[in-house]
Amino acid sequence: MLTKRIIPCLDIKNGRTVKGTNFVDLRDAGDPVELAALYAAQGADELVFLDITATNEKRKTLAELVDRIAQRINIPFTVGGGISSVEDVRLLLDHGADKISINTSAFKNPNLIDQLAAEFGSQCVVLAIDTKQHDDGEWYVYLNGGRVATETRCLDWAIEGVKRGAGEILLTSMDHDGTKAGFAKEITGLVSAHVGVPIIASGGGGEPKHFAAILDGIADAALAASVFHFGEISIPDLKHYLDEQNIPMRLNY
Amino acid sequence: MKLVMIKYNAGNTRSLQYALRRLGVEPLITDDAEEILTADKIIFPGVGEASSAMKYLKSKQLDQVITQVKQPFLGICLGMQLMCTHSEENDTPCLGIFDEAVKLFKSNDSSIKIPQIGWNTIGDLKSNLFNGIAENSHCYFVHSYYAHIGEHTIATTDYCSPYSAALNRNNFYGVQFHPEKSAVVGEKIIENFINEDLICR
Repeated sequence: MLTKRIIPCLDIKNGRTVKGTNFVDLRDAGDPVELAALYAAQGADELVFLDITATNEKRKTLAELVDRIAQRINIPFTVGGGISSVEDVRLLLDHGADKISINTSAFKNPNLIDQLAAEFGSQCVVLAIDTKQHDDGEWYVYLNGGRVATETRCLDWAIEGVKRGAGEILLTSMDHDGTKAGFAKEITGLVSAHVGVPIIASGGGGEPKHFAAILDGIADAALAASVFHFGEISIPDLKHYLDEQNIPMRLNY
Repeated sequence: MKLVMIKYNAGNTRSLQYALRRLGVEPLITDDAEEILTADKIIFPGVGEASSAMKYLKSKQLDQVITQVKQPFLGICLGMQLMCTHSEENDTPCLGIFDEAVKLFKSNDSSIKIPQIGWNTIGDLKSNLFNGIAENSHCYFVHSYYAHIGEHTIATTDYCSPYSAALNRNNFYGVQFHPEKSAVVGEKIIENFINEDLICR
């Protein structure tokens, strides 16, 4: 049986992992490669590395870091941040990344999704969407690490992205990110019900029961950062808890 | 030990190269027929699309080289699919080593996502390739197409319906999952491929 995935996210700035609360107030949580190897050994099912400052600082690639990660770890990993062209993606995949995630660049140039899917296959194209609920009750797409609002509904963009060839959606609720009060069940469920590709829920996981709530029939994978980085939730304990809740988990590693 | 990884246009060779290196083997990555035919063991990796991969293999006459190989040969993911008779992916005739056709996952259940991405169990293990691997161990799969269960099946898994997680015919082996991404279980399978005296069935 296919298991649900637990995915630690390592936000990268200047080669170090950081995690902001609601995308500001960054804290330093160690060397990405060491942390990645630790998470892999603890039973993380996948890893995501995001260069959260990439869009503004125009940093093209994390190729060197990706190479170091690939040398060391034996589970799949996704790399995102500042990726805006087929050539950016080729470089990262050539250095050992399994998937890449695109966000702002895909929104500004949706054709990029088609090009990447045609060139490398949908399985390595993760469409990351940051979203926030407005007073009208609708969820809208935000760009540039949540700093720029758009008038596009999250669901519409997710459907278009998948139609163009995205193989997975990484959905971050900015309203929930950093709160540790639980994942955004409503929008995650809505997107999951309308697209035929796996959904990674992100933002708000603070306690094991939050992971159970989002993985039970809503999301295919759950992503979190600071609760793992600061040891508030241990991955082995989390996976055993979820197994007890009858969420399919990979436990022998 | 001369281990060759076949170089073609459906790569993801880096992860596999590093996985082999972690096991103490430095692979030779090449599309040269002489190098391939004189290797001790051969790995045929693959992430990509079937028709463009077959087209490339034919352009380099690698299709003829591969089918001549007598040494232990392991296809991974698309590599395994290309060793079947035919793929539904762009209606592609393949190498015909395994007597199975490759089909697209189909499900009436909208909660079943395609591609399958993630960790699934492998069972009904019937090969030295899986020595030391427990039934229902988890491996990492990423794919939309699959091979049915048939006479060459040496491991099964289940997504939409039961299908072949691994195939074997004589010296030819294929795995649908990615051992190079399947943590210690995958490392053990690669180690078995390197070290085991793989007996023809």
